[in-house]
Amino acid sequence: MKATFDLLKTLTEAPGPSGRENTIHDVVAEHWRPLADEVRTDAMGSLIARQRGSAPPPRPALMVAAHMDEIGLIVTGIEGSFLRVHMLGGMDRRVILGLEVTVHGRRPLPGIVGSRPPHVLSADERRKVVAWEEVFVDTGLPAAELAALVTVGDHITVDRELVALKNDLAAGKALDNRASVVAVTLALDILRSRNHAWDFYAVATTQEEVGVKGAIASAYGLAPQIAVALDVTFAKQHDDDGPGTFELGKGPTIAQGPNFHPQVVGRLVAAAKAEEIPYQPEPVSGGSGTDAWGIQVAREGIPTGLIEIPLRYMHQPVETGSLRDIERAGRLLASFSARLEADFRPRWEDEL
Amino acid sequence: MSNTRNETLITTLQTLADLTGVSGDETKIRSAIKPLVENHVDTMRVDALGNLITCKRGTAENPLRVLVTAHMDEVGFMVVGHTGEGGLRVEAVGSIPERLLPGTHVWVGKEHTPGVVGVQAIHRAHGNQQAASVEDLVIDIGAKNKEEAQEAAPLGTAITFASRFREMGAALTGKAFDDRAGCAILVALLQGERLPCDLYGVFTVQEEVGLRGARVAAYAVEPDVGFALEGTLVDDLPKRDKDVSPTAELGKGPAITVMDRSYTTPPRLLSHVLKSAEAEGIPYQIKQPGVSSTEAGSIHPARGGVPAITIAVPCRYIHSPRALLHPDDLENTQRLVRAAIARLTPETLAIS
Repeated sequence: MKATFDLLKTLTEAPGPSGRENTIHDVVAEHWRPLADEVRTDAMGSLIARQRGSAPPPRPALMVAAHMDEIGLIVTGIEGSFLRVHMLGGMDRRVILGLEVTVHGRRPLPGIVGSRPPHVLSADERRKVVAWEEVFVDTGLPAAELAALVTVGDHITVDRELVALKNDLAAGKALDNRASVVAVTLALDILRSRNHAWDFYAVATTQEEVGVKGAIASAYGLAPQIAVALDVTFAKQHDDDGPGTFELGKGPTIAQGPNFHPQVVGRLVAAAKAEEIPYQPEPVSGGSGTDAWGIQVAREGIPTGLIEIPLRYMHQPVETGSLRDIERAGRLLASFSARLEADFRPRWEDEL
Repeated sequence: MSNTRNETLITTLQTLADLTGVSGDETKIRSAIKPLVENHVDTMRVDALGNLITCKRGTAENPLRVLVTAHMDEVGFMVVGHTGEGGLRVEAVGSIPERLLPGTHVWVGKEHTPGVVGVQAIHRAHGNQQAASVEDLVIDIGAKNKEEAQEAAPLGTAITFASRFREMGAALTGKAFDDRAGCAILVALLQGERLPCDLYGVFTVQEEVGLRGARVAAYAVEPDVGFALEGTLVDDLPKRDKDVSPTAELGKGPAITVMDRSYTTPPRLLSHVLKSAEAEGIPYQIKQPGVSSTEAGSIHPARGGVPAITIAVPCRYIHSPRALLHPDDLENTQRLVRAAIARLTPETLAIS
């Protein structure tokens, strides 16, 4: 559990805003290289690690996708000693005031999202969610120095330490989706000492938060026979426990719906049951909003599945997940992969 | 602008700002201040409310009694209940705008147990422009049920923002600069050379809940004149309405109060302070009148009445997770307070 926390800490604290994933890319590569037969980077910046299977070539390929990009901010203007910003991906205005950030200028600059003091605000203003026009980043630098170091279009990421809560929970930023990158890393580690017939391609994808861009290109490039995406889903929390929310700490979800091939779903469920890994079924009635949605329609179509890790407070710098669920997602992925026979291909009921 | 940086003063600020001391629970701050001043003062005691009252005797024959206060307490939260799911219900201690809370990391209790404040994910909270009120928020420490939450954080437990001091650009940032900035300056005053007057340095309690500590300290000390040292608000983010006053400005020297919501400075004392600044070549600014309350408001009505004035270090983002100040302002405030006290004579205070 300690090793999982430490890896999650390393991965969540590294910056990787959508479209500028180079730093997180290098951190993930460092962890994947010793676990893979080969590692490369595709044209969209996604990191691909291959672990060869035991079947004779031509071997079928399983693509496993977990996006490594995170939401953030982008500089839209410089006003004196302040930066005007807008959201990059689904950044949430409700949690932005007072945030510590890193501005990725000519060099990384620490900053704070400024807020007006309560003493000058009316009762209404104190409770009103701030408008983007009123959001400014303060780096503590004088105007001239700031203008020399920062350019419109520079990316900004949240600066937040991962902390351990009780009962093996961890809270911080970018657990969406570094929690899944940790799970894929654990699966790579398990599969090094467990026989698997298929080639296993772990892909840390880019630009998911701005429209599932990286996964589409990687799926085209790899042309896998099956793909499984890993992402995060909504955990039950104090102010939201309705349909579409799942228990924290009771295992990852296995998604079902039009985005997913029934036999991939079936194999995931069978793997969980065979190895007694707790899981929760997650119905998804349309688009899953994940890499799986893009991968499914690559080339001639790819049979796709989705494993999700429940998180509280999604897209907030306090995203809270269970280390147990992350480890279970990694084990589920490894056992699903190891149980794929060389000649297995997903089919429809009427083809069987 | 940074030739007046005072490293000792900055180190004291860092030490004090990183400790937690919500109103009514100032023990850690008091315990840290005692060893910093005990070898530099003639008497030191703790009163019934928890004020630390020190006296450094003067060199004059019939020394004036000069009271200087700086409050040790900071704004924060108090645990007032526990949910069935293991969350903490809280009330604010002092004034904190509701919209600052979601997305923050907090320290719960004396052991700094990590906790987080999260709200419903933006994906599921459609278009809500109102921040949740404090009563509706829950602090999540990862407890799995009410009993575990009660055990970890009993009713009355104090909670603060989890922010550590750091340098940022040309500025210093951290929590509780209101009023650990004042405390750091008062420590420096007491550590410095003896002055002609008897210097009663009082580190007060409960400022943020109604200027309570200074009131009893002013009664006890029975001073001829009072100085309240503060970290005061700066409201200088770019505004859509250009006519909004910044209240005070960063880097422009100590902010001197003419009038605020709690008191009015007597002209003879105001004029003395301004003349002292001009004589010593110390930059200063007049704080916008009518905003906020300070301990001068508790000192001036003590016993038969005491001339009093507030002198403050301008700080952006007070009452938020992280304030920001300029080190030159810190040093210049210290210089001005020392100069003004050193130049006091009975004639200064006489009604003409």
